[in-house]
Amino acid sequence: MSIWQYANPVKFLALSERVQPVLWVLAAASVITGLVWGFFGTPDDYRQGSTVKIIFIHVPSAMMAINAWVMMLVTSLIWLIRRHHVSALAAKAAAPVGMVMTVIALITGALWGQPMWGTWWAWDPRLTSFLILFLFYLGYIALWAAIEDPDTAADLTSILCLVGSVFALLSRYAVNFWNQGLHQGTSVPVATGGRTVDDTFFVPLLISMAGFVLLFLALVLYRTGTEIRTRRAAALLARAERNL
Amino acid sequence: MIALLIRDLRLALRAGGGFGLGLAFFLIVTVLVPFSVGPQPELLGRIAAGVLWLGALLACLLSLDRLLALDYEDGTLDLLVTAPLPLEAVVSIKALAHWLTTGLPLVLAAPVLAVLLNLPPQGFAPLVISLALGTPALSVIGTFGAALTVGIKRGGLLLSLLVLPLYVPTLIFGAEAARRGAMGMQHDTYLIMLAGITFATIALMPFASAAVLRMGLR
Repeated sequence: MSIWQYANPVKFLALSERVQPVLWVLAAASVITGLVWGFFGTPDDYRQGSTVKIIFIHVPSAMMAINAWVMMLVTSLIWLIRRHHVSALAAKAAAPVGMVMTVIALITGALWGQPMWGTWWAWDPRLTSFLILFLFYLGYIALWAAIEDPDTAADLTSILCLVGSVFALLSRYAVNFWNQGLHQGTSVPVATGGRTVDDTFFVPLLISMAGFVLLFLALVLYRTGTEIRTRRAAALLARAERNL
Repeated sequence: MIALLIRDLRLALRAGGGFGLGLAFFLIVTVLVPFSVGPQPELLGRIAAGVLWLGALLACLLSLDRLLALDYEDGTLDLLVTAPLPLEAVVSIKALAHWLTTGLPLVLAAPVLAVLLNLPPQGFAPLVISLALGTPALSVIGTFGAALTVGIKRGGLLLSLLVLPLYVPTLIFGAEAARRGAMGMQHDTYLIMLAGITFATIALMPFASAAVLRMGLR
């Protein structure tokens, strides 16, 4: 028994089908709890008013935008090293989800920034690197769409993901040299354990973050299943044509 | 290797190679800038360094889709892949030829065009140095993009979409060095970082480009 047995599409589908209903229910429950609690159950901030509540969408989506890319990086590596098709398809399935998360983070950030900073957009290092991350997602998805042979597409997009990760990181630190930051630092530093958010906001935020993680997992499993079935249908069609 | 370099240079220089195209594009972009932002010399002087960097970057991008596509179409690339020369060396030579025919002329033309844009006198040296340091990185990264899109029909637009985000760090350090130089500020840090990026990409990117080419041509 090892995790690699799920590299077999049939086993993967069987497991993912069993897990998915649970995931969907949990994801819906925690996203709804987190957001409803966050929007209606927390007091207004004394300086930011009710705009502070956008944090309950902004932070989880920004977190998932980055984590989705990391997941694509890991699955790309698995594809390049062990040639498991499920892995490549999972990377393909995660890309649009990650891109949507990036867009949500950018839009909610702009909505918050307008009343708070007085501007929709500033060329701040964090904002800029998120925009660059969005461009990387665009290029990755476009490359998948452009190549006909699925294995070649998986190969080339995996390498693009690896090289892109290096350059995305490089850009993230390069923009620090180029402009001063307006965005505040992280409110939930994982490494140090300290935080600057009160429990009233932190608990619903945590629930919302968990909800986004579960939602992402459910979406990726669902989309991977679709990709596997599409691939299988194409194979069946090709076989039928050969037999004609 | 030298034979391949000479062949590539000769192909680029002769008719149909598009040698002058990048340079002409650079000139036109520079001429269009005053039309779009207005002819005030003080404003032009302030944006000159950034505009020239952007123009050079776009001119580099323009010639990338011919870098490998022509060899792919007439089958030369298949021969090069099976040749005893390692593919990493082939793509390095391709990048070098691209830099010699596109990047180097741009570096040499930049000070002339800087006069048109009223760049302050102290900005010339930083501009030329930063371009000379940065354009090799543009060629090497561009070769990777060209290798990714070599088998795709009408991959030109996709190539820009893939390569431009990869150009961001180079552009940030290069343009920042040139800009700070033009304002008479300290800019050594940026030149050093730019050199770091260039040498790192020269050392590492050929491996990625060669891997991608092998996969794409299989």
